[in-house]
Amino acid sequence: MQTFVPWIQFGIGLVLSPLLAGIVNRTKAFFAGRRGQPLLQVYYDIAKGLAKGAVFSRTATWIFRAGPLIGAAAAVTALALAPFGGRPAAVSFPGDPILFLGLFGLMRGLTVLAALDTGSSFEGMGASREVFFSALTEPVMMLGFLALARESGALSLSGILNAASLERPETALVAVALFIAFLCENSRIPFDDPNTHLELTMIHEVMVLDHGGPDFALIQAGSAVKFWCLGSLIVNLFLPLRPDWPWTANTAAGLAAMAVLAVSVGVVESVTARLRLNRVPQLLAAAAALSALALIFSLG
Amino acid sequence: MKEAIELGLMALVLSDMALLGIGLLSTCIRIVAFQGVLLGLFSVAVNWGFLTPRVWILAAVSGLLKGVVYPLLLRRAVSDAGVQREIEPYVGPIPSVLAGIALFGASVWIGGRLPLTGAAEAGSRLIVSASLMTLLTGLFLVAARKKALTQTLGYIVFENGIFAFGVASVGEIPALVELGILLDAFVAVFVMGIAMYHINREFDHLDADRLNALKG
Repeated sequence: MQTFVPWIQFGIGLVLSPLLAGIVNRTKAFFAGRRGQPLLQVYYDIAKGLAKGAVFSRTATWIFRAGPLIGAAAAVTALALAPFGGRPAAVSFPGDPILFLGLFGLMRGLTVLAALDTGSSFEGMGASREVFFSALTEPVMMLGFLALARESGALSLSGILNAASLERPETALVAVALFIAFLCENSRIPFDDPNTHLELTMIHEVMVLDHGGPDFALIQAGSAVKFWCLGSLIVNLFLPLRPDWPWTANTAAGLAAMAVLAVSVGVVESVTARLRLNRVPQLLAAAAALSALALIFSLG
Repeated sequence: MKEAIELGLMALVLSDMALLGIGLLSTCIRIVAFQGVLLGLFSVAVNWGFLTPRVWILAAVSGLLKGVVYPLLLRRAVSDAGVQREIEPYVGPIPSVLAGIALFGASVWIGGRLPLTGAAEAGSRLIVSASLMTLLTGLFLVAARKKALTQTLGYIVFENGIFAFGVASVGEIPALVELGILLDAFVAVFVMGIAMYHINREFDHLDADRLNALKG
C-alpha cells in the first residue's frame, strides 16, 4: 500500500488541480460582493475545449501545435516530483529540484515559441514580458531551494521540504520568497491579472490568444497543474507534518492547506492592485534578496 | 529566549535591507524608528535572567530616543524641506539591495572569525554578524545617497549597529558611558537637523553632493 500512496496523491493532484482556480475565483467574487462562477468552471472549460476542433493559422508551424501538448506534459511530470502533505513524492532523486524548475522552464519556453510562431507582434510582446519576469523568479526559487537544502542536508525536493520546519527563521524567509515567486509564476496579481483582456496589462494571457479548442484546454489544464505543484511546495513548508503519520491524515491536511492557499491567493488578489510593470522587477529582487539572506543565514 | 533573539536579529537584518531598497523618506524614517525600538527590546532580551534597573533604564532611554525623538525631528525636517523621496541616488535601489546581500555575506564571514565571548553567552551565532551588517548599512547609506536627510538616517543606523555590537559583545558597559554615547548621538542628530534646515533655506534643496560646487 505504502508504495502506491505517492501515486494516489499524484492522481488526486491531477484530478483536483482545476478546482483550486475555482476556489480563487469564488474568493474574489465574495470580496467583490458577487456570487461568482461555479467552483467547477475550469472543468467545464476544459471539457468544452477538448470537445471542439481547432483552427490553425497558415503562418503557424508544428511548433504552435507542440507548445500546449509538451507544456501540459511537462507540468504533469513536475507533479510527479512534487511532494504532497509531508510525504515523499512519487519520483524523487538527488538533484531533482533542478529538473523540477527545468520542466517549468521547458513549459514556458514552448509557450513562448508557440506565441512567436503565430507571427503576431502582440504575442511577441507578451512573450518578451513573460521571459523577463521568469528570468527573475528562477533565481528566487533556486536560491530558496539551496538554502533549504543546506539546512536539511538532503538534495531531493522530498527530502528538503519534509525536513524543513518553520521554527527556523531561514525557512520562514524562504517561504515568503517562494510565495512571491508562486504568485509571479502563476501569473497572479500583483504581477499579472489572469482576468484582464486589455492589451497593455496582459502577460501570460497574450501568448495563448491564438490557441483554441483542445490546445487551449491543454493550456488551462497545464497551468492548473502548475498551480498545484508550486502550491504543494509552499504548503509543505508551512505544515509540520511527519512522513510516519497515516497517509490519509497527511493527505487530508495537505488538501485542506491547499484550499487555504487558494483562498489566500484570492484574498491577495482582492486587496492588492496590479503592480506597475517597471515595479515588478523590484518586488522580485526583494524576493531574491530574501532567498539570498536565508542562504547566508543557513551558511553562517 | 534564544528564538526570540534570533527572530529579532532577522528583523534587524531585514530592516537594513528595506532601508537599502526603499527610497521614500517617510518610510525610511519609520524603519529606523522600528530599529531603535527593536534594539531597546534586544538589550533587554540579551540580559534576560539578570535584569538590573540599569538595563531597563538604558533600554527605555534608547528606545524613547530612537523610536520617538529622532523620528519627530526628522519628520519635521522632511516636511520643512518638502522632499518626499530620494531621487537618483549614486546607487539605485536594486544595486543597493544586491550590495546589501554582499555586505551581509561579508558580515557573516567576519562574524564567524571574531573571538567574542559575549555573543556566545547570549546564545546566538548571529548577533555579531547582524550588528556588523547594521553598521555597514549605515556607512553605505552615508556614502551612496545624496539627500542630507538620508545621510543622517545612515548615521543613526550606524550608531544602531554600534549599540547592537556593544550589547552583544561587551555586555557590561558602565551606564554612564552608554548614556553619554546616547546623548552625543542625540546632539549630533539635533545639529544635523539644524544644518539641514539651513541648507534647505539657503539653497532650496537637500542634495549634499551639490554643495561640492561651492568649493572656490
